[in-house]
Amino acid sequence: MSYERQLDATFAALADPTRRAILARLATGEASVAELAEPFAMSQPAVSKHLKVLERAGLIRRGRDAQRRPAAIEPEALKAAHAWIERYRALWEGTYQRLDALLTELQTQPPKD
Amino acid sequence: MPKPVEVTTPSDREITVTREFDAPRQLVWDCHTKPELIQRWLFGPPGWSMPVCVVDLRVGGRYRYIWRNDETGGRFGSYGEHLEVVPIERIVTTEVMDGLAMGETIDDEPNWGEGDPSINTLALGEAGGKTTLTINMRFPSKEIRDQALQSGMSDGMAMGYDRLEDMLHGQAAG
Repeated sequence: MSYERQLDATFAALADPTRRAILARLATGEASVAELAEPFAMSQPAVSKHLKVLERAGLIRRGRDAQRRPAAIEPEALKAAHAWIERYRALWEGTYQRLDALLTELQTQPPKD
Repeated sequence: MPKPVEVTTPSDREITVTREFDAPRQLVWDCHTKPELIQRWLFGPPGWSMPVCVVDLRVGGRYRYIWRNDETGGRFGSYGEHLEVVPIERIVTTEVMDGLAMGETIDDEPNWGEGDPSINTLALGEAGGKTTLTINMRFPSKEIRDQALQSGMSDGMAMGYDRLEDMLHGQAAG
């Protein structure tokens, strides 16, 4: 997969709140499908589906143990996506902070007639 | 602490940005619709300015924005038409970006009617003297959305990343 395709897959995977929650859980240590299904009150096939999306996005890897196939987080993939998003987001944080400053100024200045 | 910019991608052709402001809705509206105010904050990253900002705020009325890199003189722009204008609440516009291709120069007067527009919806809600701004951008294709994300000049984006970070952090610590 090209770098760009990989990022697309990463963003698509991160757009889903359940998948973000699964990642958060995996940040504390690897877990099997059954172990993930329980706290999320989801069926194991539903968890497997989410794991497939995360795996394709390079955000997790699955263990070789045929029985459990525990899922573990891939910190490097997360870091790459983070850097890309942060750069982009920083621009807009900055832009909206300038709007904050303008709004403050407009509210403290007496209105012009 | 500045308020966070929240971004979601409701579909692979969309971006939705949400941000709260400590100001009444009328003021946030003015800052998005009056050229002399728009130019004071929407001028892009450091080193850029917004020399052209024309807004004809009525249904069917057009707008034209141009940003300029003050060092290189390079310019790019955005233009479109107002599809819906509900004072202090909601604006729906078309948007086409120009000047993004390498070496492409742009005119103050764009090629109206050319290009595949995005549809942008700005909605402002007010509660307790604070205004919540939501911008939804629907792009003509996933490719164009991704270009907008990469150019950094679309409307912010985080994929709820703050929250992911918090969750990762919180859970790792707890």
